[in-house]
Amino acid sequence: MHGNGYNGTVRIGFYICHCGHNIASIVDVKAVAEYIKSLSGVVVSSEYKYMCSDPGQELIQKDIKEHSLNRIIVASCSPLLHEHTFRTAVEKGGLNPYYFQMVNIRENVSWVHTDMKAATEKAKDLARAAVQRVFHHKSLETKHVKIHPDVLIVGGGIAGIHAALTLANAGKKVYLVERDPTIGGHMAMFDKTFPTLDCAACILTPKMSQVKNHPNITLWTYSEVAKVDGYVGNYKISVRRKPRYIIEGLCVGCMDCIEKCVYKEGKTPDEFNLGLSKRKPIYIPFPQATPQIVVIDPETCIEFKSGRCKKTCVEACDRKAIDFQQKEEIKEIEVGTIILTTGYQPFDASRVPFYGYGKYPNVYTSLEVERLVNASGPTGGELILRDGRHPKTVGIIHCVGSRDKNTNRWCSRTCCMYSLKLAHLLKEHTDAEVYNFYIDIRAAGKSYEEFYDKLLDENVHFIRGRVAEVSDWAVRPSEEGKLIIRAEDTLIGIVRRVPVDMVVLAVGMEPQADSQDVRRMFNISCSTEGFFLERHPKLAPVDTFTDGIFIAGCCQGPKDIPDSVAQAGAAAAQALILIDSGEIELEPNTAYVVQEECSGCRTCLTICPFTAISRDEAKQKAFINEALCKGCGTCVAACPSGAIKQNLFEDEMIFSEIDGLLKMESPACC
Amino acid sequence: MPTVEQPKENSWEPRIIAFFCNWCTYTAADLAGVSRLRYAPNARIIRVMCSGRVDPQFILDAFSKGADGVLIGGCHPGDCHYMEGNYKALRRMQLLKRMMKDMGIEEKRFRLEWISASEGERVKTVINEMTDQVRALGPLGLPKKFAEWDKELESLEHEVNGKRDTIHA
Amino acid sequence: MPDKPKVAFYWCASCGGCEESVVDLAESILDVVAAVDIVMWPVAMDFKKKDVEAMADGSILVSLVNGAVRTSEQEEMAKLMRKKSKLIIAYGSCAHTGGIPGLANQFGREELLRYIYEESPSTVNPQKTRPELKVIANGSTVTLPNFFNIVRALDQVIDVDYYLPGCPPTPKLLKQALEVLLSGKLPEKGAVLAPDIALCDECPKKDTKPSDLKFTEFKRPHWMQIDPKVCLLAQGILCMGPATRGGCEGVCISGNMPCTGCFGPPSRIKDQGAKILSALASQVEAKDEKGIDETLATIPDPVGTFYRYGLPVSLLRRKNFNSTG
Ligand SMILES: Cc1cc2nc3c(=O)[nH]c(=O)nc-3n(C[C@H](O)[C@H](O)[C@H](O)COP(=O)(O)OP(=O)(O)OC[C@H]3O[C@@H](n4cnc5c(N)ncnc54)[C@H](O)[C@@H]3O)c2cc1C
Ligand code: SF4
Ligand code: SF4
Ligand code: SF4
Ligand code: SF4
Ligand code: FES
Repeated sequence: MHGNGYNGTVRIGFYICHCGHNIASIVDVKAVAEYIKSLSGVVVSSEYKYMCSDPGQELIQKDIKEHSLNRIIVASCSPLLHEHTFRTAVEKGGLNPYYFQMVNIRENVSWVHTDMKAATEKAKDLARAAVQRVFHHKSLETKHVKIHPDVLIVGGGIAGIHAALTLANAGKKVYLVERDPTIGGHMAMFDKTFPTLDCAACILTPKMSQVKNHPNITLWTYSEVAKVDGYVGNYKISVRRKPRYIIEGLCVGCMDCIEKCVYKEGKTPDEFNLGLSKRKPIYIPFPQATPQIVVIDPETCIEFKSGRCKKTCVEACDRKAIDFQQKEEIKEIEVGTIILTTGYQPFDASRVPFYGYGKYPNVYTSLEVERLVNASGPTGGELILRDGRHPKTVGIIHCVGSRDKNTNRWCSRTCCMYSLKLAHLLKEHTDAEVYNFYIDIRAAGKSYEEFYDKLLDENVHFIRGRVAEVSDWAVRPSEEGKLIIRAEDTLIGIVRRVPVDMVVLAVGMEPQADSQDVRRMFNISCSTEGFFLERHPKLAPVDTFTDGIFIAGCCQGPKDIPDSVAQAGAAAAQALILIDSGEIELEPNTAYVVQEECSGCRTCLTICPFTAISRDEAKQKAFINEALCKGCGTCVAACPSGAIKQNLFEDEMIFSEIDGLLKMESPACC
Repeated sequence: MPTVEQPKENSWEPRIIAFFCNWCTYTAADLAGVSRLRYAPNARIIRVMCSGRVDPQFILDAFSKGADGVLIGGCHPGDCHYMEGNYKALRRMQLLKRMMKDMGIEEKRFRLEWISASEGERVKTVINEMTDQVRALGPLGLPKKFAEWDKELESLEHEVNGKRDTIHA
Repeated sequence: MPDKPKVAFYWCASCGGCEESVVDLAESILDVVAAVDIVMWPVAMDFKKKDVEAMADGSILVSLVNGAVRTSEQEEMAKLMRKKSKLIIAYGSCAHTGGIPGLANQFGREELLRYIYEESPSTVNPQKTRPELKVIANGSTVTLPNFFNIVRALDQVIDVDYYLPGCPPTPKLLKQALEVLLSGKLPEKGAVLAPDIALCDECPKKDTKPSDLKFTEFKRPHWMQIDPKVCLLAQGILCMGPATRGGCEGVCISGNMPCTGCFGPPSRIKDQGAKILSALASQVEAKDEKGIDETLATIPDPVGTFYRYGLPVSLLRRKNFNSTG
């Protein structure tokens, strides 16, 4: 009856782990081991301090030999953590790894319960279920899947750039897909970077051009991933290349066309300068944009709107690179691994109306100030306010859209530091008095606290308190014509009104607006805030729950450039592991049809989202293509004939678990 | 706040069988553990790859074997690791719920919840809530009822042996 | 006829259709009668309980018992037949899985008695008299069997060797079964003497079932002109064929009526109703709760539809009441 391949005699070894005190302090492990020993089929039942340690694993291997065990159960932590460890140990002990079953009595029991009696009972129930379950286990073969060596990286900010270069330098072929006309991400907008105050462009642009020129990198800007098919090692990707109406191979970036455009002046708010300047319909985001190729914006180009432009740009281009007929193009590629580096979006400051963004012209977001102080920015680095004045006093408000129940609860981690940086730069550019309104100064990074100290020496003022309001309502003559920041100074316990010429809102970092769509397309998860979810917060910070897909940079959570780069390197390394090992092991939890039992009712054909099931027309029965089946088991639950089975999750296994869990040895009831 | 953890000595405690999908709800339960959230010890989790694997037979079987409640946890709509498994689960459970109601099983004994991998807190809340609700309903105790129903068969031996009394039907 | 094997028929809670099906053997019945010695057959022959009681234990080769068990008398007779027979065949849906009488498991005993003896439109019973198990009148005693709390399939009362499914079983299956039994080549104990594959396999309409069927509505057969060539599910008519054992030769389907599930499920299935529910609901088109409910609301009576013949052997067995009621 139980197809175990051991002449019908099931010999179970059961091991319960103390996990130091993690389990043993709440679960009476001795009692569980003793109880399990009394169950039929159990030959060995022991407890040990750390089952996952080498001696723990050796214990299992020794017992397999000495007691001819053919089923192994370990009651310890979550299978998501150590199932693989124990399966490998069991295999080394000479047993097929799928005769192993794990019982989670740590995450599911000892860590969440406090009552020893109830926890011990629960552990016994779970262990008994496993004992009943392993009777039905079978020997299975691990699936091996080849890994296509090419890598897709989505998002060309500093994280994507760094990951791409790392992999390309290791000799791997990389596709870097960026949706803007240029790579660089947010970092390209900064003037200087904390805490070293090195010029962002100076450290970023060389990396950008390396990307452009690297023989192993295919750079597709102004492009987006349209479709993702397949699975680890074998992803099929469709990339939509939006038309820029310029033939990329011909344009050399001389920008003659821009100058000769019929528009003498730009009329459209410039995206890169956050609307602080205007651009023409034909433009390049910024001088060092990579690739150095112009773009035509069909929304504003006269030729697109009326078809009656003189097309002076076309005349100007002696390389004949302008092509108004260009169409969107879909590129199909195959890759084995994917790294997502889609970054963040800044918090929309108008969501906090009492700070006056959008209402008072001299209220700026931090990112706008990054552009204002930038030598290649809209004002050439001169700090001129929207009303034409030069500020003499500036107030920087921290935590706008961070650490706030009404907007975002999380700390954006970079705002304190960039506010210090901006305070320094503002002083440098204008010699203004700068006030920082902060809740706490978070300067926890290498040389960050020192940077804060330096700012204190530069006579930047720090007022501890959350700002209540920014207004232009003057109550004193000294406040006339100024913006007044009202905040409680919690260090001295009084409410202060600080009149300033300019307000800078240190906006926080948020998941990209389309992060939900993106993660769905790539079939990964998000944490509650919407940042992509890592497989393990400590031990697998750049992996996701989908094999072969990794994350790095701010798409995973707010962080600064050094951390983004470190993660990008880590993600590249994870991809390299897969590529260089050439293949990956997959759970053999696929479904199969027992054809003699199949009536050919076709129910399953409508069920499988991966079209893994087809109909064998000759036999008039269903058939599952193992390579396409991902092992969800949905068809198994639906097959009205019980003709589909799922390896590792067969009906009998689950029924026996249910039975085991509910078999009451001493009915607590009535 | 729901649920005091300690069951009183010898008092009846609800038994809940929970089917959690590997990718969202089971992971969330792990997160609840890692975060040391404390919740009622009444649920026993069975891990399946997807909520779509949950066969309605499993649920009825659990009830018939003595479960007082059954909980199914899957990924939020649109989030299933296998795209659509949770929609199939939802469709089945909507009909099953109706059918079970007709069969006299209170609606609150059966619950389908979407809990994403990051919602450890929700695992706690749902298990606590459900434990409380099922406790309020009292035991379903089908195995005991089956045994009681079958007593009428045993009683016949007695009657056949001539000791049948005049009783009103 | 001393050496002919002894065969008995008995009926419990049933409609009589199973008896008809034996007679439906037509000419073949003569062969059967010639080959065996029928020692009990209440519908056709005048043997009494005491005749059977007088026989040696195990002296009947095979008893074919139809009907579910609802009363103490049926139980008593089932036990007697078991004692006297080498083999017991649960004959027909009611004995096999509880059958139509099993639908009464949706109601409590008291509820049923009250309705029948007090509330039904055709009842006039102002004294609210109920049957009594034992009445002594004019010096003589009249006893009535007890009306049980629930309806049971035969194997919930006695040990059953084989099952012949169907409401009623087809003559072909009966003939095959008898031949096998008489030949002495006994199948494995507990076998259902019908193919272990669902009806779609032998359904004349199966080629027309689409591979991408999605439901937006379930229609009832009397609402519409049914296309005789096309799979009923494909026409939106709820057909139990996918979760029902074949062997009936698709008699209902050929008569343009959907399968209602009388052969019970294939052996892999524990609960026929849960499984067809799973299969059909999975194929509902809608993805949102409201849309799903709207489609499923077109199945007016899920219990009566999915467990028409099998409520007593379903996992829940009977509607749950807080008392044994
Ligand atoms: C005002 C401000 C100042 C800062 N100053 C500093 C500083 O001085 N020092 C420091 O260390 N950190 C600083 N930071 C933090 C810094 O911006 C981030 O750490 C860094 O930019 C993160 O890089 P990234 O590559 O992860 O994301 P991003 O820079 O956001 O890059 C993401 C890229 O992906 C692209 N993309 C997004 N979605 C898609 C898609 N679906 N398909 C294709 N492409 C896509 C985007 O267009 C973008 O190019 C500052 C942040 C702010 C807000
Ligand atoms: S399109 Fe022509 S003119 Fe314009 S930048 Fe490119 S090469 Fe120069
Ligand atoms: S659902 Fe089951 S019986 Fe129907 S075709 Fe698929 S495998 Fe065969
Ligand atoms: S288990 Fe899931 S993926 Fe595999 S064939 Fe069935 S429905 Fe398709
Ligand atoms: S569903 Fe019914 S009508 Fe359709 S093929 Fe199956 S048995 Fe025949
Ligand atoms: S994987 Fe979670 S519901 Fe499908």
